[in-house]
Amino acid sequence: MLRVDTLRLAPLPSLTFQVADGECLTVEGASGSGKTRLLRAIADLDPVEGLIFLDGAERHEITGPQWRARVRYVAAESGWWSDTPRGTFPRDAVDTERLERQLANVGLTLEHLDRDIGHLSTGERARLAFVRALQGEPKVLLLDEPTAALDPASAALVEEQIRFQLYAGRIVVLATHDVGLSQRVSHTRLMLPKPRLATLQTTGGPA
Amino acid sequence: MTYVSLTPFDLVLAALLLVLTSGLSLAFRLGLERSIATSALRMCAQLGVVGFLLKLVFESGSPLATAGFALMMLVATAYEVASRQERRFQGPASYLIGGAAPFLAGLIATVFAVTAIIGSEPWWSPRFLLPILGMMIGNALAGVTLVLDTITSAATREKSAIEGRLALGATRWDALQDVLRRGLRTGLTPILSAMAVAGVVSLPGMMTGQILAGADPVEAMKYQIMIMFLIAGATGVAVVLAGLISVVLLTDERHRLRLDRLVPMNKLDA
Repeated sequence: MLRVDTLRLAPLPSLTFQVADGECLTVEGASGSGKTRLLRAIADLDPVEGLIFLDGAERHEITGPQWRARVRYVAAESGWWSDTPRGTFPRDAVDTERLERQLANVGLTLEHLDRDIGHLSTGERARLAFVRALQGEPKVLLLDEPTAALDPASAALVEEQIRFQLYAGRIVVLATHDVGLSQRVSHTRLMLPKPRLATLQTTGGPA
Repeated sequence: MTYVSLTPFDLVLAALLLVLTSGLSLAFRLGLERSIATSALRMCAQLGVVGFLLKLVFESGSPLATAGFALMMLVATAYEVASRQERRFQGPASYLIGGAAPFLAGLIATVFAVTAIIGSEPWWSPRFLLPILGMMIGNALAGVTLVLDTITSAATREKSAIEGRLALGATRWDALQDVLRRGLRTGLTPILSAMAVAGVVSLPGMMTGQILAGADPVEAMKYQIMIMFLIAGATGVAVVLAGLISVVLLTDERHRLRLDRLVPMNKLDA
């Protein structure tokens, strides 16, 4: 069970909700409403006020890396720090057969792991990042627009895998613009209010 | 061999070359005449003050005055490193890292040199300690500036890769290892090339000075080799210190990447 207690993500009102094992919470809202910030906060990637519990233990009871090993965030555009995807997968104790199955489930092969990152399409990279996030058996998957970069066929495969992860007892928090996807996979839907104009203005200026 | 003392007239004569450079700037409309004049005047003023101050410190032979001069170097170092960064750490951390890393490393190497190698009496004798400390800090400073610049800009540029690793459960040291390694390598490059070309492309400044001051070239060469080793050691320590501290400052105890602790220089001016 994932429980979020009075999480402060200004300018949103404080958030309190829980997601049971095997259930999916979808987070919807306009761009800039804080969907990504919410997922990042749950993964403890940004400093935020509020309590987050997984199976009764608050995130501060364990180290950040230990927390993120169990609560896994998959960004909309994942980072790559090696020439090939394989270099970014955990090296130790890789069950090749299992990995091959996981890749096949989203329409990829082991061979994709050794391609040049630059030669992979956005959709292929998104699916590789999804499979990468499954390594190490996290309890919670925080998926940021997992199907946005995918063609309909691949999106259907990923959606099926999300269902499969739920069936296996994992918790999924999914941020998406896709109302159809949200309706199909969610047990609970969280709508974030439209961002106020004032907050949009403060994000301007040179990078 | 004798030491030829320079008269003020000799300096004026040398300044004629600067007039030539200014003339070229005028002829090619580079618009640099003013900068040439002001930086030359600034150089004269700085060296003048330092020269007379050093003379005072040497003559007083006081450990307190020596420490005071070293402290002045520390402050100048911290300011110099901080002012050269494109992105710098918020608040006092920027000065702390820029001052502490080169100064500590320089101090270790210098104390080692004057006690174990040169054996000056007393060990803090300003005539040995201050020039060596200056050379150590100056070189360490160049290395530290490069390390900080490399690490802060690489961490900013490669945010998604670093956070990708953190999201998979990596520690800050794992997630930033490539950035750190690149920073350290960059920081050590100048001293490596300085050692490689020493004597071939140019005679190192200190050796040139000693030879002009009448020292035997072989003696000057021995001093220069010692100094090069010391510089390499001091730069190595300073670069590693600065690299490790920047990883700690760029992340927090929850192993989160904290780019919000960096301030771009152009925003500071506003």
